[in-house]
Amino acid sequence: MDFVSLFVEYAPLFLEATWVTLSLTAVSLVLAMVAGAGVAWLAMSAVRPLRWLATAYIGLVRGTPLITQIFIIYFGLAYVVTLPAFWAGALALAFHNSAYIAEIIRSGFQAVPKGLTEAARSLGMSRLKTLKRVQAPLALRTTLPVLGNQYIIAVKDSSLVAFIGMTELFRTSQNMAASTYQPLTSYVVVAIYYLAIVLVLTLLVNTLEARLSKHRRPEVQMKAKVKSEGAF
Amino acid sequence: MTSEDRTATSGAPVVSLRGIVKAFGSTTVLDGIDLDVARGEVVCLIGPSGAGKSTLLRCINGLERITGGTIDVGGQRLSYDEKHLNAIRSRIGMVFQSFNLFPHLTVRENICVAQREVLGRSASEARDRAHGLLERVGLDHKAEAYPDNLSGGQQQRVAIARALAMDPALMLFDEPTSALDPELVGEVLKVMKDLASEGMTMVVVTHEMRFARDAADRVVLLADGGIAEQGPPERVLTQPSSARGRAFLQEIGQA
Repeated sequence: MDFVSLFVEYAPLFLEATWVTLSLTAVSLVLAMVAGAGVAWLAMSAVRPLRWLATAYIGLVRGTPLITQIFIIYFGLAYVVTLPAFWAGALALAFHNSAYIAEIIRSGFQAVPKGLTEAARSLGMSRLKTLKRVQAPLALRTTLPVLGNQYIIAVKDSSLVAFIGMTELFRTSQNMAASTYQPLTSYVVVAIYYLAIVLVLTLLVNTLEARLSKHRRPEVQMKAKVKSEGAF
Repeated sequence: MTSEDRTATSGAPVVSLRGIVKAFGSTTVLDGIDLDVARGEVVCLIGPSGAGKSTLLRCINGLERITGGTIDVGGQRLSYDEKHLNAIRSRIGMVFQSFNLFPHLTVRENICVAQREVLGRSASEARDRAHGLLERVGLDHKAEAYPDNLSGGQQQRVAIARALAMDPALMLFDEPTSALDPELVGEVLKVMKDLASEGMTMVVVTHEMRFARDAADRVVLLADGGIAEQGPPERVLTQPSSARGRAFLQEIGQA
């Protein structure tokens, strides 16, 4: 059978698997954002032991391979609770991504000029209101490209949960290879699906970035103008 | 502060500093400053760099915590309790050297955000106030622009409007023209002079001796952590009585 007809024949299975991959990634990223924000908050705390805790967490997560984390959570937790593969996978991916996202969030907040926070506080805005109206929106704007990058990595990394039996995209291509005896075709097919997802995600992030940096676009022209004016 | 508090304190100084000590680690920047600012008074803080002018100003609204002494603003003792501090700060306008406009918000939003979040004004009320103030600083046509599209002078005028929108009882200016190109200084000083002549109580850290001479009721010369000299501008800036005052004027080429 040629590539195109195989692609079409397996499309229903892959589309179903795409849904699994997307929901798995989405759930894990939501959890990772919440956990990451918490860890970032610890990392920026004035209390030194809390900062140590954040450093230890980030070091632990970044220092061990994702596949190991998935296996530890899936098989290790089996002694305590039996988690369905989906939730074990989502938890492992969330755990893994939270450390990277924590670092991204921390860097985003630290990039907000201190003067802007002071300006907000000097207007009588509380810490929380300053966070909500000034720090968080600005941090989001600076971190969005890096955050988008992390989301893309997360989509691709989700392929590793194939090894705990989740029938997501990569597992589906393995099954296809086994039943068609055409490994090359199978893995090229799955590569196309991942590529499509990543392209759509990139487009989304870029659109959001463009929308959020409305204030920034003319600045480039402005700076260039100032530079040429300053030449005298 | 309620309006009741304000009537109760009229006549009393808007700001009353007693024995202000501020140390950063082992470095003492301010060492026992006493200063009163009366309602409607314009006080210029001048002095060599490192004298603690900006630090003193930032102590008044609690951006810096004092190491010793007491600060009363509008008859209320400044403490670092979050709620109390926010309430006091909402009545003290502050203008920074680097403008510090929120870059992700338009000019109008910059002026509205604290009115909405702190004073609880309605969107239309805040907007009307913003447009009124922008007109006053000559920038109503820039209401929908983002700060990065404005010149430094325009940004600083917006920053003044943003502070005024809170109906402050006191305005603090921290070297408001130091970051500006020379040709943009005038437009900012004009807004400040107008404000002074309308009776706003102002404390201004500045290197603009012309502004101090024209607009200040009193010039306070800070040096070596203390007040070296103070008095009406024509006296302090022309016939300083202290050696420190003479040395400073010589440094800046005024004497």
